Parts: sequence; structure tokens; C-alpha cells
Amino acid sequence: MNPIFIDIKEFPQRMQEYKDLKGMDFLRELIGMDWGEEGLGVIYILENSDTHENLEIAIKTTDREHPTLPTVCHLWSVAELYEREVYDFFGIHFTDHPDMRRLFLRNDWVGYPLRKDYDESEAINPVRMESEITEDVQREYEIKEEAELKKINAQTNRISGDQYVINIGPQHPATHGVLRFRLALEGEEIRKIDIHCGYIHRGIEKMSEKLTYPQILGLTDRLDYLSAHQNRHALCMCIEKAMGIEVTDRTQYIRTIMDELQRIDSHLLFLSCAAMDLGAITAFIYGFRDREKILDIFEEVTGGRLIQNYNTIGGVQADITPGFAKKVKEYCEYQKSKIKEYNDVFTNNIITQLRMKGVGRITLDDAISYGCTGGTGRASGWACDVRKRHPYAIYDKVEFKEIIYKRGDCYDRFKVRIDEIKESIHIIEQIIDNIPEGDYKVKTKPIIRIPEGQYTAAVEGSRGEFGVFIESHGEKSPYRIKFRPMGLPLIAAMHKILKGTKIADLIAIGATLDYVIPDIDR
Amino acid sequence: MKKPNIKSIPYEEFKDNETLEALIKEINSERTNVVVGALDDLINWGRSNSMWSLTFATSCCGIEFMSLGAARYDFARFGFEVTRNSPRQADLIMVAGTITHKMAPVLKRLYDQMADPKYVVAVGGCAISGGPFKSSYHVLNGVDKIIPVDVYIPGCPPRPEAILYGMMQLQRKVKIEKFFGGKNHRAKKGEMNNDPIIVTNAPIIDNEKLSKE
Ligand code: SF4
Repeated sequence: MNPIFIDIKEFPQRMQEYKDLKGMDFLRELIGMDWGEEGLGVIYILENSDTHENLEIAIKTTDREHPTLPTVCHLWSVAELYEREVYDFFGIHFTDHPDMRRLFLRNDWVGYPLRKDYDESEAINPVRMESEITEDVQREYEIKEEAELKKINAQTNRISGDQYVINIGPQHPATHGVLRFRLALEGEEIRKIDIHCGYIHRGIEKMSEKLTYPQILGLTDRLDYLSAHQNRHALCMCIEKAMGIEVTDRTQYIRTIMDELQRIDSHLLFLSCAAMDLGAITAFIYGFRDREKILDIFEEVTGGRLIQNYNTIGGVQADITPGFAKKVKEYCEYQKSKIKEYNDVFTNNIITQLRMKGVGRITLDDAISYGCTGGTGRASGWACDVRKRHPYAIYDKVEFKEIIYKRGDCYDRFKVRIDEIKESIHIIEQIIDNIPEGDYKVKTKPIIRIPEGQYTAAVEGSRGEFGVFIESHGEKSPYRIKFRPMGLPLIAAMHKILKGTKIADLIAIGATLDYVIPDIDR
Repeated sequence: MKKPNIKSIPYEEFKDNETLEALIKEINSERTNVVVGALDDLINWGRSNSMWSLTFATSCCGIEFMSLGAARYDFARFGFEVTRNSPRQADLIMVAGTITHKMAPVLKRLYDQMADPKYVVAVGGCAISGGPFKSSYHVLNGVDKIIPVDVYIPGCPPRPEAILYGMMQLQRKVKIEKFFGGKNHRAKKGEMNNDPIIVTNAPIIDNEKLSKE
């Protein structure tokens, strides 16, 4: 990867051109960087949603005291949260950003953790046991003529005083983890939503800078634990690409099958939880009952149920067991017969239909602008499947349909996933009988070092595009590693979806967006 | 106070009986009236078989907790099936998942809001010590730094069986509580409860031995 550096002055105009003239309407990644002496900066990866052509742009500033860069959030809506993340981690201000607050850390946090000169000592940032005060006011900055930063304490209220504010989370069963919403209501209608993340921010990216590559692998499983295989697949792929390792066909087949099983597993859990949130316990039990069958297969091959630690650099940890193919085939048969059951008890239920149809629509343009990949994007009609866009493993050799719906409401999002279960089974059935013989792992050097440079890889995770970016300086550990969260774009779009809907619909919308919080917070 | 009994797992099969016995000894050091003692037993029997937990699943371990609630592991068999979303109605808090700096005050507050007697179960490496994220700048290295823990269930994530076993250890602890007269082993005011039960791996149950009993 070789990003083009653009001068700050030209930057806003050039970005506008890329979007308008070159059709770069999908902001794949926005990566904050600290290049030490050379300054702080941001790398943008843009994509044209029709031609799938990519473009890498970079921008930097040498001012470490008050780094300021122009915002792009008027071009790509998702940048609003991405830039807040960069501000949180690197202290870079984006001029004209409407809401420049920290995204993950507490607002009394001292320092910017992903900077190279950040002091991690406990004394500076102890565990603060007093509750955090929610800031409704943000500081605004203005560049004065002498290119010096002036701080004006503008009173931009997120939520103004006379609205009725209700707080949901961070510990609430309908948020699927530890997310916190502050909703401003008028009657039952949602006027504004303020999302607070970071309750499960584990600092994986910073930790990784001190770990060796094989050690980092272990952490990827715990990002989105329902796409453990795919996450790890992405990182392995990225490292293999960088080191020029060719994995065997057998590995590719095994990885593909495992990825698909994981996708089914995740979609079954999605179904269960969506049903549970809407009050249908039976479907919850059904989903979990069938999910256990996949977990049994995982356990037999990998030794783990939920977190498998299976992929490794150059292959997989252990060969598949002798009865694997038979078990998987049995499972596929079984699962196909069960989908009708879900539809009978849940999907075709009148209550489900009323609560989902026409609720929480995302238009195609919004889906792209917010970068909502995965089932959410496909429900809005966006063909965003990485398996089709940038095929990896053996996805270009198998035949499968990309499930696309048009309306983009909760019901479509739900249907996409049910149909994807069928598609995944279809993929598995094509390849399960002809897994080629060979090694399941190629030999690698005992110490993994990646040659200098920047590398990316992406896979289709269970709920969207999962990307990995590595900048290596030739060491045993990466200089910077960034994971593209699948869920952050989804919650960025929530703001748009929820405006004007009823508060009760929040549950259905949250459930069908299908985010996993540890993946958002990393 | 007698040794607590759990149906279908013999007393000797449990690990860490010493901690329990020390507790019993401490309680028994004061005499109890027979009638009152029987009342205590009755209450403990009821309480230990209907442990309501506050759902506090922050990450991966929470999914295993959900599996526990579903068909295969079905913790309703032991009376744990009622999960509460409000701390005021819960008996115990299952800390399943990583606790970060931002979450720590929230967890503490939820714990403080629970009504006594209350228990804490730390599920998974993260809740016990920070687990794989021990060296992170934003992860609390063990929930016992902020709230007293009764049972530790290690694993990453622990298997559902291990969680069940941990819950049974908690049941045993509940069974030796004393409410009337004399002293209760639970923390004196302002004192942390320092005798947690450590669950190592679950014991292997000898089915033959069981069927004979
Ligand atoms: S102990 Fe392991 S499985 Fe459990 S929350 Fe921590 S990382 Fe996830």
C-alpha cells in the first residue's frame, strides 16, 4: 500500500473531487497515525462502490502541540465517529467537525494513548471510581490567521435542557453489551441520540504494538467473538501477504469452511437475540439449540467452543479430524430442515412482522455514506460483500449468491441473515467433499518479522467488512496496527435511523443492526 | 451448622473444601439455639435454590453465560434461571467479561445498589485478573480490586459446565449462612470479604459411585 500524501491546504478540495469525480463514495478506513518526528497524520482508504477501485490518501501535520486537520465528515458521514476516535487516541483536532469529543475514553482522561510518547503509568490515569460527568458542551477551535489555534468555548449543546432525556445502558439487555445511549424524547418520539462507547475499550491496538505477531493473533478472536475465525483469518492473511507466504490449498479450504460455519453460528445467535429482544423466547431456544451443533464441530477440531484460536500464520493450528466432513454434512442437512421452523415460529409471526416491517429504514446512499457493510448494507441494496468485491481464500472458486434486499428496514435486515445461512450452507456443501490433500500449515521462520511497509487485508466478517491495517518498521511487532470495526459504522448510522422513530422501535432496530460492542470499542 | 450438601455431587468431589470448613468453624464457634438453627437451614435451602443473578455480561464470557440459559445446559435445573436487569432484585452479580476503567465505577455502583445479602461471581480471566488484556492501559486487573468476590471461575471463556460448577460452589457458600443470633460470616461493616472460593477445573463425576449412593 502506498498512500498519496496531500498537502493540508489542497486537501478539502481534492477530497471533494475524489468523491464527486471519481465516485469514491465509500470511506473504508480512516486510520490515525503517529509517525514520531515526522508528525501526526491520518490515512484514508476510499473505495468506489461500483467499480471497487481503491484509493489511499494520507495527510499529516508536524505540529504536535495542537495538531489540526480538516474534517471530511461532510463527505462521508461515518467520518464523524472515525474522527472522534482519532481525536481520542491521537489528539488531532478536525476543524469544522460538529462534535469533537472523546469517543471511547472518559473525558477526564489525561493524554492520548496511541501516541508514541504516551505515558501509560498508573499515576497519571488511575482507575477513577467517581462517575463520569456527561459533557454536553464541546470545545470548538478556530484557526487564527497566524496559523495559531484559538480556543473558543462554544456552547454546542448535544442535547438541550428542555428535552426529556432518557439514558439507556451501559448495562441494559437490549443494547447487546455495554453501549450507552442518551435519547432526547418528545413524547414517544426520539429527537436526538447521543451514543457513548468505550465501556469495553480494551486498548487492543496499543497493546499490540508491544506484542509479537503470533501473540496479537490471540487478541483478534476476542474482538468480535462471533466472527473469531474471520477476524483471525484477516490478520493471518495480512501477515502472510506481507511476508510473501503462500498457504496451501488445504488451508484455504479449511479456512473457508470454518469461516462459513462461524457465519452460520453468528447468524443463529443474531436470530436468537433478535427474537429474545422482541419477546419470543422459543426462537431464542431454537437458535441456541442449533448453534450448539456448530460449537461441537468447532470444539472437536479446534479445541475451543466460542474462542477457537485456530488460524495461525501460514496455515491452521491443527489438521481437521477424520470425521469432520461427515459431521459437517450431517449438520448442513439438519440445519436446512430447521430454517422452516424459525420462519414458522418467528419470522411469519404477525407480531414480528408488524414490529419489523417498515421500521428503521436506511437508504442505499446512507448505507454507503455511513459505510454500513455486511447484512445491514445488503438489506439496503448495496452489494458490499468482501467475498465478491475482493475475493480471498477460495471464494472466487465457489458459486454463491450475494443476498440483496431493497427496502433496508428491520425485516429485510433480518431476512438477509436468514438467507445467508442458506447460502453459507450452500458454499460448504460445494467444497466439503473435495478438501485437497496436503499440509495444513507451511513452515514459517520461528521469529516473524514483517518487511517495512504498510499492508492491508479484509475479510467478510459475520456482520460486515473486517479489515486489518499494519504498518511495519521491520520489527517483531507492528509499528501500528488498526482493525476496521464492523460495528462502528452501524452505530454511527443509528443517529440517522432513529430520528423520529418511536422509542420502542429502538429495540428492533438495535437488534437487527446486529453489532457486537467489543468489536466497536476494540 | 452442617457441611453443605449439593444433590448429585458428593461433598468430597468439590475442590477447596478447606475454605468452606474454616467458615463453618467460625460460625460454629458461637452456639445456636436449635429452633433458630433449623430456621436458618430452611431459609438457606430456599435461597440457595433460587439464586437470581444480575445480567452483567460485558463481552465474550457473556455469550457462554447465554448458552447456559439455553436448551443444552439449562441452568433452570438448579434454580439460576431468573436473571434480573435491575440490581435491586438480584442476589448475585455475575461479572462475565472484561471490566475497563470506564466501566469500573458503573460496576461498583450496581454492586452498591444490590440488597444484602449479595454475592459476586467473577467469570473468566478478564474478571479475575484482566486476563489477556492485563497489560492494557484501560483494563481493570481483576474485579476484586473494587468489589469482594465470592467465587472465581477461570477460563477464557470458561465452559458452561465450569460456570455451573462455580454456581454450585456459591450455593454451598449460601447454605452455611446464619441469620439469627450469633455472627454471620459475611463481611462486617466496611470489611471486604476475603475468603473467596477458588474454582479450578470442575471435578470429574464418577457416575458409578453416584448410582450406588
Ligand atoms: S476471559 Fe476471555 S472470553 Fe472471557 S471476557 Fe475475557 S477475553 Fe473474553
